[in-house]
Amino acid sequence: MQWETVIGLEIHTQLATQSKIFSGSSTAFGAEPNTQASLIDLAMPGVLPVLNKEVVRMAVRFGKAIDAEVAQRSVFARKNYFYPDLPKGYQISQYELPVVGKGMVEITLEDGSSKRVGVTRAHLEEDAGKSLHEDFHGMTGIDLNRAGTPLLEIVSEPDMRSAKEAVAYAKKIHQIVTFIGICDGNMQEGSFRVDANVSIRPKGQAELGTRAELKNINSFRFLEKAINFEITRQIDVIEDGGKVVQETRLYDANKDETRSMRSKEEANDYRYFPDPDLLPLEIDEAFINEVVATMPELPDARRARFESQYGLSAFDADQLTGSRAQADYFEAAAQVGGDAKLTANWVMGDLAAALNRDATDFAHSPVTAVALGQLVARIKDDTISGKIAKDVFAAMWAGEGGADEVIEAKGLKQITDTGAIEALVDAVLAANPEQVENYRNADADKQPKMLGFFVGQIMKQSQGKANPQQVNALLREKLG
Amino acid sequence: MSLSADDVAKIAHLARLAVAPGENAALGRELSNILDLVAQMDAADTAGVVPMAHPLDMAQRLRDDAVSEQNSRDRYQAGAPAVENGLFLVPKVIE
Repeated sequence: MQWETVIGLEIHTQLATQSKIFSGSSTAFGAEPNTQASLIDLAMPGVLPVLNKEVVRMAVRFGKAIDAEVAQRSVFARKNYFYPDLPKGYQISQYELPVVGKGMVEITLEDGSSKRVGVTRAHLEEDAGKSLHEDFHGMTGIDLNRAGTPLLEIVSEPDMRSAKEAVAYAKKIHQIVTFIGICDGNMQEGSFRVDANVSIRPKGQAELGTRAELKNINSFRFLEKAINFEITRQIDVIEDGGKVVQETRLYDANKDETRSMRSKEEANDYRYFPDPDLLPLEIDEAFINEVVATMPELPDARRARFESQYGLSAFDADQLTGSRAQADYFEAAAQVGGDAKLTANWVMGDLAAALNRDATDFAHSPVTAVALGQLVARIKDDTISGKIAKDVFAAMWAGEGGADEVIEAKGLKQITDTGAIEALVDAVLAANPEQVENYRNADADKQPKMLGFFVGQIMKQSQGKANPQQVNALLREKLG
Repeated sequence: MSLSADDVAKIAHLARLAVAPGENAALGRELSNILDLVAQMDAADTAGVVPMAHPLDMAQRLRDDAVSEQNSRDRYQAGAPAVENGLFLVPKVIE
């Protein structure tokens, strides 16, 4: 039997606000337990939620970024369930009338083709707290700092047909929310959480199979692995004569498997109803227009601009717009460096390698964009060669100062004075008469390779500081 | 509409209410009466009527995104039955 996989994703993005969705508590990550939990977050009797304007603005920004309808009127509802990290006994969410309606994103597949994936809806809700199941004398610890953190839950259509497509879609949404600045995208800290609904059906069948919901996925790599494990598991179940049950399954990265968490039937009985503590959310044209007017450049537009404005290849433009931090870094550096292609090579090459090696990122790079631009400028104006620049970069990375400072302190300034280079060339030629003789007697096609010997000697003599182009030109002149 | 004893037990469980065995039948009758009233309202023609999300005919007011709360953990935890290292402790939850 040929099976077809059907995948839909639910992505919870934590909105990058200062304060919570319904209270004035801070949303900063990593605070001491319960120091950012107010009376509202603790669900004390008599308190009332008040909606954060920035949360609404961010939801509208997302809606506009994916060409979705933004609801002029949406309603908050109570989703009822009992769990100790949800002190009210219900989560404030949106149910029948979400703030963002149908939209669409375009993903690029590995073979270069593109595919449209529908977004069913995106709704606002509050996050729950955290349960810590380590041993507290047989009890569970509860930290409510995260309770009330604003979330935008983005629900896709079941449009994806493979784990790779699901990853491409998740990365696309990640790119959009980080570029428009509504989410920091940090998957390790849980700012961007992906749940996957996976089912299989015989190829050609229109009706959907029973789905399992995969949770606890905290990287794109695990998303792909979890889905692939689940597809194989479901095929095995059905081919062994069994039935897939609708349930939530947790992905275990250590064992690379999914396992049943709980049967969803009872848990699903959320008994939604409109929250009487909150009035309907009305969004007028003026509000939407203001959001659109201040919309940051979207990733696809930025990629296209990188190609046209800086003359970069499609590959380079794609790489540099991998994240907003990287794109911002590149633009700031290119402006100072004065050579976009050279800057691009440095950003994607030495800088990316160093960031990777030290497990940091563009936003926290020890060499700032301006500093890298100054280094590029010194290569471009022939103060240093590209090779010496690598040493300068290493020193800058180690905190020894800016490009000019390092060049000055280490005496790395390139020798471009023709007289000085000529003296070096003459000295090396005089010291190696045999090699000069061999060179002159060699075939023309062997000569370029043999020239390398002299270049090497001269660079050694000059401690790498002689301008390589000038050295090459002079050598050819004198040997020819 | 008449609710069975099982329906009543399930509703009570979802609301985490302890219903004594003797109360089940009476509660079932009361809940059934409520549902009968809903069924009666269901008969009304509501085509073209926008569902009411709130009895007040007003829109939600929004507040600026600013941190206005200070850390008052000690005060808020003073009444908690059990705390440790700043955490509230609750009976073990097993997933």
